[in-house]
Amino acid sequence: MVLWLIPLLPLFGAILPALLIRSGRDVCANATGFVSLAALGLLLSQAPAVFAGEVVRVSLPWVPQIQLSFSFMLDGLGFFFAAMILIIGLLVIVYARFYLDRADPMGRFYAYLLLFQGAMLGVVLSNNVILLLVFWELTSLTSFLLIGFWRHRADARQGARMALIVTGGGGLALIGGLLLLGSIAGSYEISEILARGDLIKASPLYLPALVLILIGAFTKSAQFPFHFWLPHAMAAPTPVSAYLHSATMVKAGIFLLARLWPALAGTEAWFLIVAPVGLATMVIGAWIANFRDDLKSLLAFSTVSHLGLITMLLGLGTKMAAVAAVFHILNHATFKAALFLSAGIVDHEAGTRDVRRLGGLVGLMPITATLAMLATASMAGVPLFNGFLSKEMMLEEAAHTSYAGITWLFPVLATLGALLSVAYCARFAIRTFLGPVRHDYPHHPHDPPLGMWLPVALLIVPVLAIGLFPGAVAGGLVALTAGAVIGGPLPDYYLALWHGLTPALVMSGLAFAGGAVFFLTQARVDALRRLFPRPEALTLFEAASNAVVVAARRVTAWFHDGSLAFYLRVILAALIAVGVYAMASAAHEAGTRAMIPVTLPAMVAWLALVVACLATMMWHRERLTALVLTSVVGLIVALGFVQFSAPDLALTQVSVDVVTTILMLLALNLLPKTSPREFSLPARWRDGVLAGLGGLGIGGLAYAVMTRDGTSIADYFLAQSKPGGGGTNVVNVILVDFRGYDTFAEIIVLGIAAVAIFALLDPRLPAGALRRVRALLPTQESGDAHPPMLVVAARAMLPLALAVGVFIFLRGHNQPGGGFIAGLVVAIALMLQYIASGYRWVADRKRLDSQAMIGAGIGIAGLTGIAAWAFGKPFLTSTFGYFTWPVVGTFELASALLFDLGVFLTVVGVMVLSLSQLSRVGQSVDPLPTPEQPMDLPLAAAPPHPQPREA
Amino acid sequence: MEMLVASAIGLMTATGLFLILQGRSFPVIVGLTFLSYAVNAFLFAMGRLTVDRPPIITAGAAYTDPLPQALVLTAIVISFGMTALIVVLGLRGFLETGSDRTDLSLADAAEEHGPAPAGEDARRERDGAARA
Repeated sequence: MVLWLIPLLPLFGAILPALLIRSGRDVCANATGFVSLAALGLLLSQAPAVFAGEVVRVSLPWVPQIQLSFSFMLDGLGFFFAAMILIIGLLVIVYARFYLDRADPMGRFYAYLLLFQGAMLGVVLSNNVILLLVFWELTSLTSFLLIGFWRHRADARQGARMALIVTGGGGLALIGGLLLLGSIAGSYEISEILARGDLIKASPLYLPALVLILIGAFTKSAQFPFHFWLPHAMAAPTPVSAYLHSATMVKAGIFLLARLWPALAGTEAWFLIVAPVGLATMVIGAWIANFRDDLKSLLAFSTVSHLGLITMLLGLGTKMAAVAAVFHILNHATFKAALFLSAGIVDHEAGTRDVRRLGGLVGLMPITATLAMLATASMAGVPLFNGFLSKEMMLEEAAHTSYAGITWLFPVLATLGALLSVAYCARFAIRTFLGPVRHDYPHHPHDPPLGMWLPVALLIVPVLAIGLFPGAVAGGLVALTAGAVIGGPLPDYYLALWHGLTPALVMSGLAFAGGAVFFLTQARVDALRRLFPRPEALTLFEAASNAVVVAARRVTAWFHDGSLAFYLRVILAALIAVGVYAMASAAHEAGTRAMIPVTLPAMVAWLALVVACLATMMWHRERLTALVLTSVVGLIVALGFVQFSAPDLALTQVSVDVVTTILMLLALNLLPKTSPREFSLPARWRDGVLAGLGGLGIGGLAYAVMTRDGTSIADYFLAQSKPGGGGTNVVNVILVDFRGYDTFAEIIVLGIAAVAIFALLDPRLPAGALRRVRALLPTQESGDAHPPMLVVAARAMLPLALAVGVFIFLRGHNQPGGGFIAGLVVAIALMLQYIASGYRWVADRKRLDSQAMIGAGIGIAGLTGIAAWAFGKPFLTSTFGYFTWPVVGTFELASALLFDLGVFLTVVGVMVLSLSQLSRVGQSVDPLPTPEQPMDLPLAAAPPHPQPREA
Repeated sequence: MEMLVASAIGLMTATGLFLILQGRSFPVIVGLTFLSYAVNAFLFAMGRLTVDRPPIITAGAAYTDPLPQALVLTAIVISFGMTALIVVLGLRGFLETGSDRTDLSLADAAEEHGPAPAGEDARRERDGAARA
């Protein structure tokens, strides 16, 4: 349980600094520190168990189908890394409080930092490879946010993007690699995978899995040839560089190599790939570091070099090298974090971090200079510092390594790496802190406040303590961690200052002598180096990514050209191709179902439909004609429903068609009345052929189904309709009872559509649109907008229509009808009033608000459903009973009727709202005179007529 | 009779498809209406064709399949909602841009109907109208 909290605490705690920044910077920093401290406390509470050799595990299934679980594991390696992440994190939090400027958004910074911390803890504590991947990607994302923290700076944005692309791309490879690994091992739990090393190494998939995992690890840990992103990531604020890009995130790749060491290491392939990559990175990084003038850039390349060193040690595959690797991870984390923080202080105080403009700072800021030079000595590998010990172990291992039969390669290159490392360390320390005092700094350098140098000092303590008493101070931790890496018994070794006159000591001596010479001749070497062309990573990377962007834009521009017709054409062609393929790859026989004989009326209707369809295609550019022809087709479809035993459908279709036609007419009033000829004749033929093929496919499919028998689940509904649902109209019972949930969702959708229509159509049109639309109005209008006969007929019909609506509604459960149809009938009767008497007249007299009707309808339907809960039944369970009243006799009441009432109200509201909104817009465009007093029925005293706004 | 229904479904589909491939919003909307007819009829046909056997329970009668009918009934109503929404979207687009083309090349629209008040200008214009 505690284990879960360790990564989750910073992840969720990230909200605190973001919120608390309003209370001031100190509160914000304290809260952040407190979160880290709490996580550290939790970790340390587990220390006794871990040091006793236990592996603490917790697990909770997440998506068991893909073997993804929230499982965490705390062993020596995890503990080592987690402690490093939290302790250095705390120091960085303190440092950043004083480093960040007043103008920097500190809350955001600490929030990102905590997110990163949580993600990183997740990586080192995960016991499931998929979970590890999730956290791995999270570290890439948070690192992106932190590098780009100063988002106003172009180099920060560029560096962040590059880091994200490189590490994110590596993450993709890693996903593949770890999934392969999991499938080889038959489990995605890391503890299981580690126990099946032999099985994995014997698998034919071992090599692909290894290569993919290595790409992931190498990109993250900036190994050659992916090392180029790390120096550009230095655009981040210095605390970030110290934390992410020296102590923690870049070690994630190395962590992964160490974590999977028992499962993957020890093979020929492992050694042949990992060791030389590490060696090359070590030498190249150290070489470039010698020619960097920016302190942070110099440190960045030195980090690359040291990461290479650790990678090489892990790559050697021997247990002794693994111990050395662990030891160096510890040492490097201490001295490099101290160096980054010192470089930040120099930059902060002196106003520059260019080596050429620095010098003599030891007199101006003695504390910082002393601390930084101690750390540099450790980095150079001077005896009595911790860097010396692990470097000696590295040289010792390299001295015994023969690569592909070449015995001198590793010893010589390792010595060269050490030599170059001595040289850049000398350059860093001497050029910055020693020499004559300069007085041309942008600021007046002096030692920073305690909060800034104390973290550095605290990091120097282990540098010296381990250097002097390695066995006593770090022996236990290194043994514990190395034991977890190796996953077996430790080799025979002891951490000590003096091992006698070993080959390593000789190599070390050579490195110091050579390094001194190199430092002194640096300027001449640099001049010589500049004669040769040097590939510039940034330009190459930018060129490559720009090429990808341009290519992507071209593809997008081609596919996504903004033309709906083009998209639909592509989709249609693809669908037809799939259909043709499916048809061609199956056997076909004629159906055996007996066909219904053709009757003359059916033939006539069919002919009318064919003519209407063809005519629509021919004359669709005359929009009114197209609309009329569409309603003809709709009417014939409704007749078809009548013919084939679907009275409910026929009623619905007819009434919906009326509403749709009115709606389209209203819209057409505001739109151009004709469509211009858009495409050339061949293009129209192409569209015709596509459409014809589509129609042929659908028609053929329908025919094939109709001429075959099939089974249906209808028998259940037919049998249960009366006893279960209490109604004889099975269609209606299905709608309001069996499938009531669908209907409920449907009326909600309808309501949403109506509200969207209301919101989309603002009757107050912009002046430009008003001008354009008015230009489209017909020049000739009928003489009388509101003919008295129509007005009188419509008003007389209203009560009649309402009575019909009620009748249809009430009989719906047993006979054709129901809420949908009744709603449509009533809506049409109301619309007729709008048409006859004008929008304004009806709006003035309307008592029921359409939106309230929609709300009430959905509300009633929902409450009917909820009422079932009161009887311990599931949502929308219906009930019915028979009641006997005197005079009336016995009748039935079903709760489904109430539900149907909800449907009815919603339908009326939706229809009236949509159409009245459209006519409101029409009214604002073309204000028609409101009927005058004499035209009104004398019974109704008309209220004063508010004039239309435009008038 | 099946042949007639199938061919009618096919023809309505073809008409709908042809119309939605046009470059103006109104034919596209009409085309969608045709496609709704076709799809509804197609779904209905999945229950096979039966004459004179409506799914109203009476003593000892045989019935047609009620389920496709129930599905189609809601489909008809929902298609109205969809059509109404698209009509209004098309109308709004026309009012905003002065063009009812279904592609995004506003330059063409400007040629046809004069400069379109788009974005910021339109908003300012409307605000002005509201204040007036």
